[in-house]
Amino acid sequence: MNDSGTTVYLDHAATTPMWPEAIAVMTEELGRIGNASSLHTSGRAARRTVEESREVIAECLGARPSEVVFCSGGTEANNLAIKGLFWSRRAADPARDRIVFSAIEHHALLDPVTWLATHEGARIDTTPVCREGRIVIDALREAVDRDPASVAAVTTMWANNELGTIQPIDEVVAIAQAHGIPVHSDAVQAAGYVPLDFAASGLDAMTVTAHKLGGPVGIGALVIKREIEPTPLMHGGGQERDLRSGTIGVPLIAAFATALQITVRRQAQDVERIERLRQRLVDGVRRVVPDAIVNGDPEPGPDHRLPNIAHITFPGCEGDAMLMLLDAQGIECSTGSACAAGVPQPSHVLLAMGYDDVAARGSLRFSLGHSSTEADVDALIAALPGVHARARAASLVRDAS
Amino acid sequence: MSRLIAAMSGGVDSAVAAARAVDAGHDVTGVHLALSRNPRSYRSGARGCCSIEDAGDARRAADVLGIPFYVWDMSDEFADAVVDDFVAEYEAGRTPNPCLRCNEKIKFAAVLDRALALGFDGVVTGHYAQLREGASGEVEMHRAIDAGKDQSYVLGVLTQEQLAHSHFPLGDTDKPAVRAEAERRGLTVAHKPDSHDICFVADGDNAGWLRDKLGPRPGTVVDEDGEVLREHDGAYAFTIGQRRGLRLGVPADDGKPRFVLDIEPVSGTVTVGPREQLRVDALECIRPLWAGAAPDGRLEGTVQLRAHGDEHVAVVELVEATGTVQVELRDPAFGIAPGQACVIYDGTRVVGSATIARTRRLTTA
Repeated sequence: MNDSGTTVYLDHAATTPMWPEAIAVMTEELGRIGNASSLHTSGRAARRTVEESREVIAECLGARPSEVVFCSGGTEANNLAIKGLFWSRRAADPARDRIVFSAIEHHALLDPVTWLATHEGARIDTTPVCREGRIVIDALREAVDRDPASVAAVTTMWANNELGTIQPIDEVVAIAQAHGIPVHSDAVQAAGYVPLDFAASGLDAMTVTAHKLGGPVGIGALVIKREIEPTPLMHGGGQERDLRSGTIGVPLIAAFATALQITVRRQAQDVERIERLRQRLVDGVRRVVPDAIVNGDPEPGPDHRLPNIAHITFPGCEGDAMLMLLDAQGIECSTGSACAAGVPQPSHVLLAMGYDDVAARGSLRFSLGHSSTEADVDALIAALPGVHARARAASLVRDAS
Repeated sequence: MSRLIAAMSGGVDSAVAAARAVDAGHDVTGVHLALSRNPRSYRSGARGCCSIEDAGDARRAADVLGIPFYVWDMSDEFADAVVDDFVAEYEAGRTPNPCLRCNEKIKFAAVLDRALALGFDGVVTGHYAQLREGASGEVEMHRAIDAGKDQSYVLGVLTQEQLAHSHFPLGDTDKPAVRAEAERRGLTVAHKPDSHDICFVADGDNAGWLRDKLGPRPGTVVDEDGEVLREHDGAYAFTIGQRRGLRLGVPADDGKPRFVLDIEPVSGTVTVGPREQLRVDALECIRPLWAGAAPDGRLEGTVQLRAHGDEHVAVVELVEATGTVQVELRDPAFGIAPGQACVIYDGTRVVGSATIARTRRLTTA
């Protein structure tokens, strides 16, 4: 444990604590009966909660309520968006078999796109990224303009989950819309940390999830324009515009709305505070480990990078050794990716950015959130010299063997 | 109290060993070794040590014990030190034991070294062997009390330095008691079957696996007179002492079963003959590893020549000039192949081990 004997949580990009207000709303709703699709009084009450929540969420995201389609979270929303758009657009015109994609998408988009390529004959154009983790927009433009009639959909995440680099969504939208091609963006990491205005963005579909912004795990939404009709993944009772059948999770949705509302209301002040904490963290790391490399866009702001993520390479160390040693002191962070067996694989995002295998494995992601404090950052900086020395020694042993 | 890494395979033994280390007051961190670059390519399910399911079982056991748990990727080290060696040994006509090799190079080397560098004091595993303090303070390794489970043979490659950082809490217990203890502790792996065979040969088909790695290497099976009995597509599919699956077609003149007597790797010639020709009275061994001090002069003890094999009374002598170990067996062994490990015992105590390079018969039977 660290000196205070408490957990120092620096992994808010994985999931962030629920707002107490969201817990209160969810707990209250769990005590109520009523299927939102039932016609009786209890059903109507549940439906009212859902629709009021939908209105709140839509307002927070600059969308119309009818554009908010609830589902289980980011993975499902991404699957619905990309598979649904691919299937429906190709059904309308068999020539549309291409997906323009980026090299730094989360597995929740990478894997469904790969699946479409393997099982549905989709052709994939992967947009490369620069060292800072931003897509090369000219490459995307070239991929689209080469043969726009064959593009089923374009997808680019709003902000990368490992480095926090914000993508040029405006330009992506402009390129695709010149040809009437729908654009999806995975905004899971961005939501909560940069203002999102769905209407102003020009996007056709956007993924958000509650647990990254102080809501519960298990609920998210695909925000999608009314006139776009992706082929559903789930067939059944026809809930959620017939796009996502399944009994509606009223308590989850109510808590999602509460969390998003609080996050958006506090966003300006929280982001400023979190950015200061990140600076304290980065300065501290550089002080105690002078050769540490802070990755990504150094510039703060909604066109550059998220305020809450510090992605750092520790040359000569293995990230998983450092994670274990920090964990033993109650300090929790992330190596940036994990696979089913828990075997650390070098992140495809870092490799796409031009990092080699060793640098990719030698990196840690520290991510801050609404509950982060200076004491959290200071605990990390206090522990880091010892942890770093041990991890470097272990790495030398490994190289020698 | 020591800070220990518990190597947790996902099986019942390593789970109970970790539990006992926790009970003994140690600060234990569970580690599952990922040994395959592609976990799906190794044996899956309950039989091996390398599958995703096994990693999950190990994680659940660590959860029950309330200890931290991580997966360490040792796939590169394992491929280099164990798998490549296994292939090269078969290619050279020898019979390696990859479990010994894994203990020597991975579990009590790469893993132990990493643990020590990270600030741990040692490694605890579910091997069945007993560690005791010797007269001069050194660590002695003895056979487990459960003779059927005793694994001192596959640990015979460990040096004093390695033994000094090792913990084998199961050596004083028999397997049924370990299973009962796992059940009592609420470990879900209590009834998981024991692992057998070689973890990286997914379907247990050793010859087929080697054929994939080495490709066809046609050769002949001959009798002791050199008469060709059949052709084969790879001498690596044969092991000295093998009787089954020779598919010789015609019976021997005397009608007795025939066994693989010799494998000549360059020409791929496999010689078969009667069992008495498999008799071995002496061994020349190389690459000795001693658990403590090397024996001074001739040692009258016992040797074991394969996992779960019989003990043979033997006189063992280290030849200083060549660094080899000469072993005279008092009672003959049968079907001993170069590449196998000769583990040397003094009573129940492991003295050391060496790799069999040549075998000799003193008299023609």
